[in-house]
Amino acid sequence: MYKGGRIIAGLLLFACLALMPFLINIGKAAAKPSPQVNTPFIQQLTTQTCVEPAAFMKTEHMQLLNQWRDAALRDGKTVYVNSQGQSFPISLENSCLKCHSNPQQFCNTCHTYAAVKPYCWDCHNQGGTSQ
Amino acid sequence: MSVTRRRFLKLGLTTLAGVGGAMALDGFWRGSAEASEVLTDQKALKAKHWAMVIDSDRLKSAENVQRMIDACHRTHNVPDFGNSKDEIKWMGTETYEHAFPGQENGYLNEGIKEKLFPVLCNHCENPACVRVCPTQATFKRPDGIVAMDYHRCIGCRFCMAACAFGARSFNFRDPRPFIKQVNPDFPTRTKGVVEKCNFCVERLEKGLPPACVEASNGALIFGDLDDPNSEVRQVLATHYSIRRKPELGTEPSVYYLIGGGEEHA
Amino acid sequence: MLEKALSGSRRYWAWVAVLLALIAVGFSTYLKQYHEGLGITGMSRDVSWGLYIAQFTFLVGVAASAVMVAIPYYLHNYKKFGKIVILGEFLAVASVIMCILFIFVDLGQPVRVLNVLLHPTPHSVMFWDMIVLSGYLLLNLIIGWTSLGAERKGFPPPSWVKPLIYIAIPWAVSIHTVTAFLYAGLPGRSHWLTAIMAARFLASAFAAGPALLVILCLLLRRLSTFDAGSESIQALAKIVAYAMSANVFFFLLEVFTAFYSHIPEHMAPIRYLFFGLEGHQGLVGFMWSAAILAFVGIGLLINPSTRKNERVLPFALAAVFIAAWIDKGLGLIVGGFIPNPMGRITEYAPTFPEIWITLGVYSIGLLVLTVLYKVAIAVREEESLAAHG
Repeated sequence: MYKGGRIIAGLLLFACLALMPFLINIGKAAAKPSPQVNTPFIQQLTTQTCVEPAAFMKTEHMQLLNQWRDAALRDGKTVYVNSQGQSFPISLENSCLKCHSNPQQFCNTCHTYAAVKPYCWDCHNQGGTSQ
Repeated sequence: MSVTRRRFLKLGLTTLAGVGGAMALDGFWRGSAEASEVLTDQKALKAKHWAMVIDSDRLKSAENVQRMIDACHRTHNVPDFGNSKDEIKWMGTETYEHAFPGQENGYLNEGIKEKLFPVLCNHCENPACVRVCPTQATFKRPDGIVAMDYHRCIGCRFCMAACAFGARSFNFRDPRPFIKQVNPDFPTRTKGVVEKCNFCVERLEKGLPPACVEASNGALIFGDLDDPNSEVRQVLATHYSIRRKPELGTEPSVYYLIGGGEEHA
Repeated sequence: MLEKALSGSRRYWAWVAVLLALIAVGFSTYLKQYHEGLGITGMSRDVSWGLYIAQFTFLVGVAASAVMVAIPYYLHNYKKFGKIVILGEFLAVASVIMCILFIFVDLGQPVRVLNVLLHPTPHSVMFWDMIVLSGYLLLNLIIGWTSLGAERKGFPPPSWVKPLIYIAIPWAVSIHTVTAFLYAGLPGRSHWLTAIMAARFLASAFAAGPALLVILCLLLRRLSTFDAGSESIQALAKIVAYAMSANVFFFLLEVFTAFYSHIPEHMAPIRYLFFGLEGHQGLVGFMWSAAILAFVGIGLLINPSTRKNERVLPFALAAVFIAAWIDKGLGLIVGGFIPNPMGRITEYAPTFPEIWITLGVYSIGLLVLTVLYKVAIAVREEESLAAHG
């Protein structure tokens, strides 16, 4: 092979660079996140359900939040009626954070684990008390 | 060679189209739980065309105006950078000459010449800012309010160039460290977006009048321009009023009563 | 063909290294701007666009000017431009890349730039500007690269390139017209609210772009084996002379309308630029320099004896180029914001970080241009070797 040594060395270097994130993190598995839902407000609720079933919220909360954002901000629709017919004010601060008064724990654990950086808190207040 | 390349391209394009289509559909179907809906709040104040009348005779002193500005800026977490370069304001003040350029003359009544007029977003019927925005981050609501979606703004500042009233400010820096006391009920903004007066749409939704109107002791009148019985219509029908730069055809929704010192009812 | 950019003289690599260093400085300064916000620039609430958008506007013109070579060559069969038509196309490619970068560095929220595609808004001129600019970039890249590739193999360009070439001609006019419409349709900015804006843009573009192209040709003659031929250089210089004359004429029309009508808002920005307003004279020196350079440049280029003197020619072209740059890359955009809509004056001067970022973007453009020109010239050298050897 013409200049074979160089090619193989180059390939090895490339493989090392490409695998760098994995090599650096070997043996450093992050603990599985466990978002806490035991805030005082939630504990006082008789039926401890979110605006939609937990399974739906786990997978779709980002889409729901986008839908809420556009409904409230662009169309002036500030009330959400869920699949069971219950209504909630559409508001990150006054609905979501009223129950989930621990956003640092509840939101950030999973987001940090998944290396997701939502820009919500650039503008929205993560709650004055828990900060 | 060319046959395989053609086949490859065909396959690639079909796959891309398929994936794109599937993603679009996926985004469309997901995210809304079955049988859910969004409604307007029963308490909300509603109008076909929100408008404001500023009765300048009732604004006796600069403190009167400052009180309104403070109420607005506190409510909306408007930062104070302490310099005019980065300044952000939803409501400001201008003298007659600057608020109504071209209308001044050398022999104006001293009272009017010296008076500070509140200036804010005019919530124009034909807003140039909305026309130029490349992402619809600024848009006109059916109730006439020119609103902003800070999530969508890319910070190109085309709207600032388009606004003929200097109503828009840009977050040249992170505003948070410059907000003296954060109002937890209203979001702040982030660096890199444009912002402006929102006619207190968040208060109207809760059935409250705008913060500046509440702090104005009756100098600001707020209501529905499309309702002949509304207070704004009554006031405009009985007093002489002017608007800023009417010749540009943007049709401002903010009217000024300039009475020359007479008292109004 | 790109491999031809990987072998070059020591001087070539030194030049590339200088550009890379400037790009590195610009990029690290951009990271600072990204983290701290546009507050590190000289822009303000009143002058909300500055050096970046002005460079964008100016470079759209340089990009559009490729048609000044393409029209004579492709439409009028002016064979003398055959050698430089590729240089015009590659100059357009580098310029459009810089335009896009200048828009990008001007954004407050650059990561959201794709919102323009996610929420397409046909009533915004910015939306159309994005479409025409990206289309123009693709057209020139495809036309230039394919023609060069064909030339290398000794074939005429494939037939499908012909329609693209014809489309590229009106497309070039469209990019500068749409860019002018960004400004000319705003109700509150009297300095920009003029129907002749697009015409002025095109005139200044057809002066500054070919002027730069001739300067580049003269440089290449010194630095490489490429010779554009004095006949095509003279033809381009004449184009520059008359385009710049039209540009100055159009500007004087603006002056007449503003001052004879005596409408304060129309006079104020021109007064600010050339005489200063209320003691603010930030751009007066620049504007008068531009005026003098413009007239000197036109004089030297129209007069045949000075135009044909290749010692004088580069200075005449540089005079025109600098005049056009000051007029459009500085005065026009900044002047539009002064005085502000309330008639108050805030002046603007770029900060050092802003200048470094601007230089960084220019360096990226020059690097792209260097690589593309290197490839084009290497292909030509290969051909002449094959022909003689």
